[in-house]
Amino acid sequence: MSAQSSIRDMFFEESEELLEALAEGLAQMNAGNHDDETVNAVFRAVHSIKGGAGAFKLTALVAFAHRFETVLDEMRGHRIAIDSSNLQVLQRSADHLADLVEDARTESDASSVQTEGFLVALDACLGASPGAVVSEPDEPFSFAALSLDLSDIAMPAEAAGQHFRIEFRPHAGLYANGHDPALLIATLADLGDVEVELDLSRLPDLPDYDPAKPSLSWRIRLKSEVEETVVQDVFEFVEGLCDLDIKREVVEAVSEPAPQPPMPADEVVVAVERTDLARPAPVTPKEEGDGAGLTESRGPKPTLRVDLDRVDRLINAVGELIINQSMIAQRVQELRLATDADVVTHVEDYRLLARDIQEAVMAIRAQPVKPLFQRMSRIVREAADSTGKSARLVTHGEGTEVDKTVVERLADPLTHMIRNAVDHGLESLEGRIAAGKDPCGTIHLSAAHRSGAVIITIRDDGAGLNRRKILEIAKKKNLVSQDAELNDAETDALLFLPGFSTASTISNLSGRGVGLDVVRNAVAALGGPVSIASNPGQGTEFTISLPLTLAVLDGMVVSVAGQVMVIPITAILETIRPGVNDLHIVGTNEQLLSIRGKFIPVVDVAKGLGFTRPANHPEPKTLLLVETEKQGQCALIVDRVFDQRQVVIKGLDTNYGAVPGVSAATVLGDGQIALILDPDAIANNRVLPLAEARTAAKLNEERKLAVA
Amino acid sequence: MTIKVLAIDDSRTIRSLVQKVMEDAGFECTLADDGVQGVTRFKENPPDVVITDINMPNMDGYGVISAIRGGSLHRNVPILVLTTESAPHLKAKARDAGATGWIVKPFDDVAIVSVVRRVTGARA
Amino acid sequence: MQSLDTNASEVEFVTFFTGGQSFSIDIRQVREIRRWSAVTPLPHAPAEVLGVMNLRGSVIPIFDLAVRFGLTKTPDHVRNVVVIAAHESQTVGLLVESVSEILSVARDRIQETPDLRSDNSRQSIIGVIPVDDGMTRIIDLGAVIQTDRRTLQ
Repeated sequence: MSAQSSIRDMFFEESEELLEALAEGLAQMNAGNHDDETVNAVFRAVHSIKGGAGAFKLTALVAFAHRFETVLDEMRGHRIAIDSSNLQVLQRSADHLADLVEDARTESDASSVQTEGFLVALDACLGASPGAVVSEPDEPFSFAALSLDLSDIAMPAEAAGQHFRIEFRPHAGLYANGHDPALLIATLADLGDVEVELDLSRLPDLPDYDPAKPSLSWRIRLKSEVEETVVQDVFEFVEGLCDLDIKREVVEAVSEPAPQPPMPADEVVVAVERTDLARPAPVTPKEEGDGAGLTESRGPKPTLRVDLDRVDRLINAVGELIINQSMIAQRVQELRLATDADVVTHVEDYRLLARDIQEAVMAIRAQPVKPLFQRMSRIVREAADSTGKSARLVTHGEGTEVDKTVVERLADPLTHMIRNAVDHGLESLEGRIAAGKDPCGTIHLSAAHRSGAVIITIRDDGAGLNRRKILEIAKKKNLVSQDAELNDAETDALLFLPGFSTASTISNLSGRGVGLDVVRNAVAALGGPVSIASNPGQGTEFTISLPLTLAVLDGMVVSVAGQVMVIPITAILETIRPGVNDLHIVGTNEQLLSIRGKFIPVVDVAKGLGFTRPANHPEPKTLLLVETEKQGQCALIVDRVFDQRQVVIKGLDTNYGAVPGVSAATVLGDGQIALILDPDAIANNRVLPLAEARTAAKLNEERKLAVA
Repeated sequence: MTIKVLAIDDSRTIRSLVQKVMEDAGFECTLADDGVQGVTRFKENPPDVVITDINMPNMDGYGVISAIRGGSLHRNVPILVLTTESAPHLKAKARDAGATGWIVKPFDDVAIVSVVRRVTGARA
Repeated sequence: MQSLDTNASEVEFVTFFTGGQSFSIDIRQVREIRRWSAVTPLPHAPAEVLGVMNLRGSVIPIFDLAVRFGLTKTPDHVRNVVVIAAHESQTVGLLVESVSEILSVARDRIQETPDLRSDNSRQSIIGVIPVDDGMTRIIDLGAVIQTDRRTLQ
């Protein structure tokens, strides 16, 4: 059933939000905020997960959430303390709850083996409260808890059998609670034949009549084969709100028809009318507004849930709009009209409008980094646990918004860096005490917008990088020459080399073949650099700079061997038109640029891409100074620089595949495709040899296959 | 006449489930996210029956019941409490607060429809 | 390898000429036929990949089918056309000299590929159909574009 499965999807989506709210609430409780609303919010989050899970019969999840909720209920009732050890249990339980939700979503039971351990810990919390009773969730969560579907069990009463004599006298509370004796009697009538007798004997004379004091009672004879409990269930909701007496009688004679009711039919009619009378007269809706004096709903800002595909379709369409706009702008420019011509103004308005629409659409995909950051506190806990350290995570700028894809793809590198900060950044417990530091280390994680980019920093207050040791390891592993003398920044950069690991023992966390080089590559794939800063004794800080979106890019439009191409602005440090004395030939074909006393390698983009310039092409004169991950600074030769503009990124992977030296493509104003270059790959001199080697290897392989 | 149901629950999942079950049964169903919104909706468009959660932000289910029962409008409308608790003292608490009945989560759709019919007198 | 097995007894092909030979492709794979327009060359691409072009906002690679089958490169000509075809989730363009006709043939008229000397051709041709003045080669689009992807990666 699709409606059912879409509600199921909704449940998991909502659970994600509830888990975030739970993490948020627990973080506040950890920070010492124990007010009722905070604890209540935490309780509600778990409670709602349990409620939804119950509806989908996710029993493992329900059972755990129930126990978790019981502890929280005791806490909000101030029956057990909110102390650090209990908080730790809550935090761990929240993590486990998240795992169980994930299990339920993926229909696995990978985490359920751990449930028992968490239940023991939760029970231990309850142990502190002798009065606390852990009610078993089994009963409320069995589907047969209420046998309310009376139509299923109602059977036509046989002439012979049993009947019930019911005496029923409602109290005022029964009416006040919204019950109607006529409906109760009607429900009984669903069980079998009823004979109803209204007892008016307690009805006072009209002058003394008080509608608030009910004076009616009924005697009902129900002929039905149902169990007595079924009859009692009809009155379940009115228990305590009436005098009720139910007697079961067995009728023997099969031949004898049921006795006729000793009651004229019109009395039943009276009964119904009387019950209506007994209820307060309906009030017209006009009196609305003077009631409880409630203010308008104070809920969160209204939101709209939209299928991501629709947003992406919109983003694509807006991308086309931007391209169309620049095509029109280009055509208009070619007309060389006066700048105050109407059409020029309109085209400029169109450009601004298109840009506004684009920004608005991009904002739809933007998401705060908060959920991602919240997940990191778990990583810190786990990393601290497995290294025997004590650590806390402090986050800043959680509201910073980034494109959804960026947030998603940041999760892995960030996880690794956070683990790394705890594992390698922080000193051991003894080490910290010896250094006179707080035994509990702090990892600061922050996000901020800075000039069109998102800056993420991960800072620990550990011992700082041991540069002597880093250099030693690098030499031992032949990552640098044995007599290399490196400055601090160069030494720090060694951490990013493939195969580098500073841990003297391979710990549980690192040593899985995942080094910082992988982190650097993952972040670079998102279009951002990673940098390190470290102060001995005070800690280490990693900074990642990321584009706000992966859908558009600010690019420098250049030409290379007659082709128009785009280079990401973020990579370009400056544009240089070198003088004759600035370029130096080294060896057979290597060029170096001398700039401010430094020599920087020069890479011809055309050659790097394997393009040849037409014979009569003028010698290219423009250099772009770029910062690369692997080669440091590098100067790229291009033929011409046109302008800077925002371009819509189009993947080459969809219909083709990866192209060495090229990260993606875009569509220019004239409808032509321009390649977006990857300066890193181009600067890396191995681009060409690598590609050639690969091609050759593959061709060889194919030949072998063909022969075989 | 179509029975109008007002369902108040802070869980989007449960709200949608209730709505689906009610609409499948041919009832009209209005939703509210919390107690305050629920009471507001109640005044805007008085329903024939209210189904409310207990644990909610802003105003809980007991608050909803007392706001409705203490108001001047439709104060005797049937109010059903949707609860995960079947403990007798909690049922008693709901009844004392003025609830007409309760539905223990997870409800099955047949049960919830049956209870709604029972307290509103709507026939299948 | 693409399969021709379906229940229909008649199969339809789009046939076209390039490098002096007739080729055809299952009509279900053809999306549209366009006039040739300039492409953007890709670095380090095999000879048969002419470059990429913009098809309503999508970047699609254009293959010179003649080069792919070891024939001489298709000469620039205004009448050249691009057959836009789809294989699984990939959309590509095939540069050919002209599109001749839509051929509807009975399945049993399709013959197995004769033993060709060129591996490239043998792997990318699934069968041949005799026609009035010779034959047309049925190309396996997946194989045509796949070989090339392998070379690159």
